[in-house]
Amino acid sequence: MDLSAINPVLLIASLMVAATPLLLAAIGELVVEKAGVLNLGVEGMMITGAISGFAISVETGSPWLGFLAAAVGGAVLSLLFVVLTQLALANQVASGLSLTLFGLGLSSLMGQSYVGIKPPQMADVHIPVLSDLPVLGPILFSHDPMLYLGVGIIAAVWALLKFTRVGLILRAVGENHDAAHALGYKVVRIRVLAILFGGACAGLGGAYISLIRVPQWTEGMTAGVGWIALALVVFASWKPWRVLLGAYLFGGVTVVQLNLQAAGVAIPVEYLAMSPYLVTILVLVILSADKSSAPASLGRIFHASH
Amino acid sequence: MSQVLLSLSGLTKAYPGVVANDDISFRIGAGEVHALLGENGAGKSTLVKMIYGLVKPDSGAMELRGRPYAPGEPRAARADGIAMVFQHFSLFDALNVAENIALGMENPPPMRDLAARIREVSETYGLPLDPFRTVGDLSAGERQRVEIIRCLLQDPKLLIMDEPTSVLTPQEVDILFETLRKLRGEGTSILYISHKLEEIRALCDTATILRLGKVVGTCIPRETTARDMAEMMVGSALKTPERSGRALGEVALDISGLSVPSPSAFGTALKNVHLTVQQGEIVGIGGVAGNGQEELLGVLSGEILTEAGAVKLMDRPIGRLGPTARRALGLLTAPEERLGHAAAPDMSLTENALLTGAVREKLVHNGFLRWGATRAFAERIIADFDVRTPGPDTAARALSGGNLQKFVIGREVLQNPQVLVVNQPTWGVDAAAAAAIRQALLDLAAGGAAVVCISQDLDELMEIADRFAALNEGRLSTPRPTAGLTVEEIGLMMGGAHGMEVAHV
Amino acid sequence: MIRLEKRPQPSQRWSMATPLVAVLATMLFGGLLFGVLGTNPLLAIETIFWEPLFGEFSFYYRPQLLVKGAPLVLIAIGLSLGFRAGIWNIGAEGQYIIGALTGAAVGLAFYPVEAWYIFPLMVIAGALGGWAWAMIPAFLKVRFGTNEILVSLMLVYVAEQFLASMSLGLLKNPEGFGFPGSRNLQQYESAHNADLIANSGMHWGVVAALIAVIFAYVLLNRHMLGFQIRLTGEAPRAARFAGVRPARLILLCLGISGALAGLAGLFEVSGPAGQVSIDFNVGYGFTAIIVAFLGRLHPVGILLAGGLMALTYIGGEIAQGQLGLPAAAIQVFQGMLLFFLLALDLLTNYRVAWRKPEVA
Repeated sequence: MDLSAINPVLLIASLMVAATPLLLAAIGELVVEKAGVLNLGVEGMMITGAISGFAISVETGSPWLGFLAAAVGGAVLSLLFVVLTQLALANQVASGLSLTLFGLGLSSLMGQSYVGIKPPQMADVHIPVLSDLPVLGPILFSHDPMLYLGVGIIAAVWALLKFTRVGLILRAVGENHDAAHALGYKVVRIRVLAILFGGACAGLGGAYISLIRVPQWTEGMTAGVGWIALALVVFASWKPWRVLLGAYLFGGVTVVQLNLQAAGVAIPVEYLAMSPYLVTILVLVILSADKSSAPASLGRIFHASH
Repeated sequence: MSQVLLSLSGLTKAYPGVVANDDISFRIGAGEVHALLGENGAGKSTLVKMIYGLVKPDSGAMELRGRPYAPGEPRAARADGIAMVFQHFSLFDALNVAENIALGMENPPPMRDLAARIREVSETYGLPLDPFRTVGDLSAGERQRVEIIRCLLQDPKLLIMDEPTSVLTPQEVDILFETLRKLRGEGTSILYISHKLEEIRALCDTATILRLGKVVGTCIPRETTARDMAEMMVGSALKTPERSGRALGEVALDISGLSVPSPSAFGTALKNVHLTVQQGEIVGIGGVAGNGQEELLGVLSGEILTEAGAVKLMDRPIGRLGPTARRALGLLTAPEERLGHAAAPDMSLTENALLTGAVREKLVHNGFLRWGATRAFAERIIADFDVRTPGPDTAARALSGGNLQKFVIGREVLQNPQVLVVNQPTWGVDAAAAAAIRQALLDLAAGGAAVVCISQDLDELMEIADRFAALNEGRLSTPRPTAGLTVEEIGLMMGGAHGMEVAHV
Repeated sequence: MIRLEKRPQPSQRWSMATPLVAVLATMLFGGLLFGVLGTNPLLAIETIFWEPLFGEFSFYYRPQLLVKGAPLVLIAIGLSLGFRAGIWNIGAEGQYIIGALTGAAVGLAFYPVEAWYIFPLMVIAGALGGWAWAMIPAFLKVRFGTNEILVSLMLVYVAEQFLASMSLGLLKNPEGFGFPGSRNLQQYESAHNADLIANSGMHWGVVAALIAVIFAYVLLNRHMLGFQIRLTGEAPRAARFAGVRPARLILLCLGISGALAGLAGLFEVSGPAGQVSIDFNVGYGFTAIIVAFLGRLHPVGILLAGGLMALTYIGGEIAQGQLGLPAAAIQVFQGMLLFFLLALDLLTNYRVAWRKPEVA
């Protein structure tokens, strides 16, 4: 075992990469939950995004088009959730589960001919001076553009929820859909848009795994990241910046355990690989006491009766 | 009548199985306080929803200041100067006052300016409010102020108020009426919906009376007796419940030094509550909604556990016993919320009979259900309490409010309780069913049971209760005999104006 | 414009009809999907639904239906109790793995002793293993209010890693020339869950599944506990008012579903699968969720749904072999089934009416 092989600068830089899929999926789900909808289909939308993005960027040679396709793919899958929960008024838990089961099947069907291929690379940004700084350069200024986009989305969601009327209406719908309806807001329309946004973000997160983090396509490659993203929203108490914090924390756990595996620590590989899931459970336990910040209408079915 | 602001002609709206509004026509004058009077289910809510653009009429037309008026959505109604204060469902607990108000406006100014406007308008109308307080922490009266201010900021021509006083103490009602009179003085019309006759006589210029979706009369409330209006509203002479003299027995229920936190985020903790109820006695507990009524019922039903000695039934400490054990001992309860709390909406009446009847009616044997006996019990409730339903297989949600409430009260009364606790037994129930329920409570007490009736309807409590106490912010006042209590005294027991300033107008 | 009107009470007729309509819709859209994939839709549907039952080799496939159906039904019955009460155990896959591990471990510990009591002990160990794994989310939910959906699901990934570790380590066959995986229990008579009637597919797991169906039926329809489960799902507040203790119900529902999933795992590892190996689990724990919903959370419905789902597995394998239909297409097909079922469920509680547009 050789812990000195672990380079702290690279560790932090790769932590940010490991955190980004989680961050993207979680910020999307945060918006969905803020609107009062619980979509447990994140895993399904992520894996669909992963293969859509992978396939399109392989076919077109452009990672950018790939990410666009991933967002569209995730959103299209979330449209099924929209149909089930917003139009057919189905149970959100069951619908979310079905979305995940369906997404896993669909992605492996779509991905059959893409196993073992290398996708085109997305170049890392290079900012003169800044990127060349020691320590800070590799950590903060030498990543792929999507990583910055992820942080940008967090900031945008935060600003949207805190300062804009759209954000206020979104929160109102999630807080009390009957009251929002009585005031004349289109509850279903707002929720549909939120769900589509969540789907697009999950799709981007999935594609980040298949195009940048790994980068290749294997079946079921999201391996529970979508579920961890759901836990992350609880962890973050529905606050955008805490999503960032939480994602980096989980990213850290993942990267550290991978580094320990590589360094040949005496703990068996399987037990190290369990750690992100165990940490998720631990965090859920610690944070479950405080549910007060959950949107009050979360998971409830809305039907304008009269 | 002065100039006409809004005129309705031939408005009709039908829902499957019921005509909610049938050919409704009347006019509201500018600067007039117009009462819309009717029982629960008379069609008042549907009518105002049409005026506010939430529901579209099947036929008929409206004119606003002489021009056709057909709002497609509340936004359009608001743009035309129509504002509404809802009875329920229109505030967001987790948001602050200013955010709540912004949501009700078309083009709200930036938050800081809005907050200043809220302070200004609320002071002007004698309804002071802090724009940055979280709405969930406000009292019922303050919450209503939020709604009213939200409307006033829009400079409405017509203000619709749906049962505004049901959440207020008598003193708070006075403050509200001052505000409304001031608004009328400024030329604002008010459509005032209520079934409380004295209020309408005190405030309104004209009244339109609805019964079963039709206009059955109009009157000048100041010149009409409450009795006459009541008969127009109900359609027949009302039968007042009979009270017979009752001999009081031993203390059946003894609550002493009871303090518990509320299980819900925006609930009210109970603080040092003392109360004894004797056999044969009805104690009425009044108070504005949200002052600990739900928590008190929960403490008595066994849904909220307390120290063992804080609640005693026939001298036996039961504070740590769950609902089933308490039922076995004879303490039965009927919560306020019929659908989802007292009854499971999608389950049949038979299954709902089992819900609380399992122990006392011996509907379970070695853990196995006796469906035959359960069904028979349900049928007995339906027969004895005149529950209008096709039969015991009907789902609870298919029953009207009054019929389901009769079922819920009947279910408990027929189990011969030692102590029965009911919360809002006649809320949202038509007059005939309400009278039947009150009579059942009186009969139960006459038979030697102790009854606690929690209600926000003061008239009801004065009618059936022997002693009266009020809940105010989780504290229970000392009970006093109802005979001879004045409205002012009751109001003070309920907490007066909750520290609100009286309107300076 | 289409408007939804809530029915005064749930429609019995639609409640029975929706699964059938959902199956038909899935055949239709699934057929379209197969067509897009270049397979003759009619032939594919026929291969999936007809071939295993009445085709040339049905003598071989029919027993396979029991083998595939039994774990699905066993797990789905357990899940359905929790789902009815609003307790969402979606980690049955993990409980299945742990049940198989503990059960197999007990059997392997006795190797090579032959005795009648070994298999019963394995059954108990399997059930206990699944139960214990399900108790983790149950306990955390009761004690800390932790979301059981996320915890039970996280534990699936943990169980998968654990399975890998066991089949590479502790339970590895010492005579296996270093290959991963345990000894084959099929070759260890006292621990083998063999067909009760040779080549019928009828092993102890099938018997257990049938017993579970009957048990669940009686529980839900005739017993107070079943009433409490249904009541909690329909109206949680009314359940507390009726005296149901939510914590007890959570422990019970998760415990039963965990134990049943563990049993399913044990019967599989000691029978059809034969050994603990890295890829021992094939997703029964997740497919059982579809089975539970497709069966409308009703024991008899689950029995039928389990059979149907087994049919799509077997038929899918045949279609894979004969028509080159990708395995993933069947997974999509199964997911589609759940979609249609959930969507059509609307008709049980709502009436669809054509109306002129209205603001509502």
